Amino acid sequence: MTWVWSNLDLIWDRTFDHLILSVPSIILSFIIALPFGWLAHRYRASRAVILTTVGLLYAIPSLPLFIVLPFIVGTSIRSPLNLIIALTLYGVALMVRVVADGLGSVDRDVQQSATAVGFSGWTSFWQVELPLAGPVLLAGLRVVAVSTVSLATVGAVIGAPSLGSLFTDGFQRGIQAEIIAGTLATVLLALALDAILVLIGRVLMPWTRRSAVGGASRPGAVAREVST
Amino acid sequence: MSFLTETLAWLVDPANWVGAGGIPTRLAQHLLFTLVTLLVAALIAVPIGFLIGHTGRGRGLAVALSGAFRAIPTLGLLTLVGLWVGIGLNAPYVALTVLAIPPILAGAYTGFEAIDRKIIDAARAVGMSEAQIVQKVELPLGLPLLIGGFRSATLQVVATATLAAYIADFGLGRYLFEGLRIRDYGEMLGGSILVILLAIVSEGVFALVQKLVVPRGVTAGLPTDIRDGSSRSRPVMEPTIKEGNSHVHSK
Amino acid sequence: MIEFHSVTKRFPDGTLAVDDFSLILPSHKTTVFVGTSGSGKTTLLRMINRMVDPTSGSIEIDGADIATLEPVKLRRGIGYVMQNSGLLPHRRVIDNVATVPMLRGMPKKKARDEALQLLDTVGLDRSLANRYPSQLSGGQQQRVGVARGLAVNPNILLMDEPFGAVDPIVRAELQQELLRLQQELGKTVVFVTHDIDEAFLLGDRVVILRTGGKVAQVGSPADILANPIDEFVATFVGADRGKRALHVENYGDGDVVVDETGRLAGVLVGERSTAASPAAGAVSAGTVSASEKSKAGLRAPGASAQGGDSQ
Repeated sequence: MTWVWSNLDLIWDRTFDHLILSVPSIILSFIIALPFGWLAHRYRASRAVILTTVGLLYAIPSLPLFIVLPFIVGTSIRSPLNLIIALTLYGVALMVRVVADGLGSVDRDVQQSATAVGFSGWTSFWQVELPLAGPVLLAGLRVVAVSTVSLATVGAVIGAPSLGSLFTDGFQRGIQAEIIAGTLATVLLALALDAILVLIGRVLMPWTRRSAVGGASRPGAVAREVST
Repeated sequence: MSFLTETLAWLVDPANWVGAGGIPTRLAQHLLFTLVTLLVAALIAVPIGFLIGHTGRGRGLAVALSGAFRAIPTLGLLTLVGLWVGIGLNAPYVALTVLAIPPILAGAYTGFEAIDRKIIDAARAVGMSEAQIVQKVELPLGLPLLIGGFRSATLQVVATATLAAYIADFGLGRYLFEGLRIRDYGEMLGGSILVILLAIVSEGVFALVQKLVVPRGVTAGLPTDIRDGSSRSRPVMEPTIKEGNSHVHSK
Repeated sequence: MIEFHSVTKRFPDGTLAVDDFSLILPSHKTTVFVGTSGSGKTTLLRMINRMVDPTSGSIEIDGADIATLEPVKLRRGIGYVMQNSGLLPHRRVIDNVATVPMLRGMPKKKARDEALQLLDTVGLDRSLANRYPSQLSGGQQQRVGVARGLAVNPNILLMDEPFGAVDPIVRAELQQELLRLQQELGKTVVFVTHDIDEAFLLGDRVVILRTGGKVAQVGSPADILANPIDEFVATFVGADRGKRALHVENYGDGDVVVDETGRLAGVLVGERSTAASPAAGAVSAGTVSASEKSKAGLRAPGASAQGGDSQ
């Protein structure tokens, strides 16, 4: 405990570093996954290709990716940008499938009635399909958030600062409290981002609030499904 | 381009293919470690998972636990156990077994849960004992999801075993850390490529096994929905029942 | 013979599914439990093979209290057919039928041979034997379900809304098939349904249940139709709406049978004014859903006569 009190500044700095890595990755992976998920949902041919690709992408272990990526995209190994790209790739890998599944979960009748009352394909996607897939997307994004925060710590072993630096530093100097503090801070950060996503979901999807029970069980279900 | 040639040079250098630090040895360590870890994790997780899946009890706890484990950073767990147990192989074994349990557990009980309750009810009604229900109905029908759990766990272990080279001198991860330390691009890239290949091969093998264990009775006659025919089905994600191995149980 | 003695079932959540139920089900007859959901009919059925154990009271089969029998062994001696067939999706039709005999230790070869014969019995082509359940139609699956129920040659066959999930035409077919089978085999059949027409068609004895597993009336279909014991039964069997009260109207050369709401129920062929007699199996299926109506006419002389008089 004393270690924590005397190193609050350090913990805060590393938390900030961690946010710089994870928040852009989470947002980017959502944005990038949308078109690919839609393609996978919409066209049978692209579905196989896209889902196989993201599946393989997701299978790549994080440390080797952190090391190989700079030689492909030209960043420096330790730069936050390198980690952000890698973390975004993992987020996309998870999220594309979720988007495809989410869009697939939209009731066909609702879709057809939207078409029948005169929605064009484009407006139907933004105003009908995407909102209705919202709960599934949110559940997937929550998994992405939690796993991104957890994965970002790995960057510490290649020298990219994050809460993971508390692990490497604590390990090398034999300070247990530092590792425990880092772990707790990582978990808390993940929970905080998760809570923020839930809040955003409530604001954006007020119609899901009514069924608190159903809504609560859903993320669990999807979380289980994409468990890694 | 020079990185590429350096990497290739490192990969084909005969000196890297012999001895205690050679690629075959390190690969064997990596594989053995993965296997032992999965085995121990399976011995713990599979019976518990079956119990949860069969009885329906303790599910909430299992879901909560696996959720919590996802949030725990693997590196934190590794270094912490490393400090407790000391440098060497014990720490990674402990840490990775712990990490491999949740996905296997989830695969085991979701496999059972995904089975239509009516099928189980009918099996009981015609006179199957609880043990026979598990053995003849739940196990074959739940097998694909269980394999899916192993698939996730294997990915996790292969990846984290690489990371574990940070606290123990073993496995392919050594090349990554050594290369980073001495700035030998060939070594770090070559090592990385080996690990990536290993992960992708294991992924492919599991994908194949998973397809094989879906019995024909379930795939046959199903409406051809593109949703179910996806080439890469992350197993634990399948909402539909995918069922067990017809030739395994028909004996 | 199956005997219920003051059987009560209260589920852990407090619902009283069956309340002090006593009844003797005769051997070699079909007894139908009919009632709406919540009437405890399925619970009663499932108590016979100990899928559900009563909270109090006892059930005897041929004089033996089933509470003293080992459930798994008991179930292997009783045929069970359920809605949606409940077949094992990963086993071929033949192996599904052979499941229970093999559980009882019959050699695989023999069990399969017998299973093939059972397919004949339930009117399924042997070429379907090697298919998986998912490759069969709903009606075929139900036939396999019946074959599986018969596989151990049980004295008792329990049927839990077995035809509830198939379309009306197939259902009528399966019902006729069951009547034929029952004529040949003479099992003690306990049949659960919420469809009163099905109950009257198949049942030698019909047990009408009201909510909470209380008996409203027990009797032959004719008894119940002729003398509904109270308002509830009358409503349930549809007598109050005149659904069963048929009369004959003359149209030129032919006679048609009309129910009290004025709907055509069928055409009368053969001798006139004997609509109520057994010979009037001749009430042909002339109009929509007439098979049900004609059945009512057949089994319910009282109701028909009444209708005939009003002419």
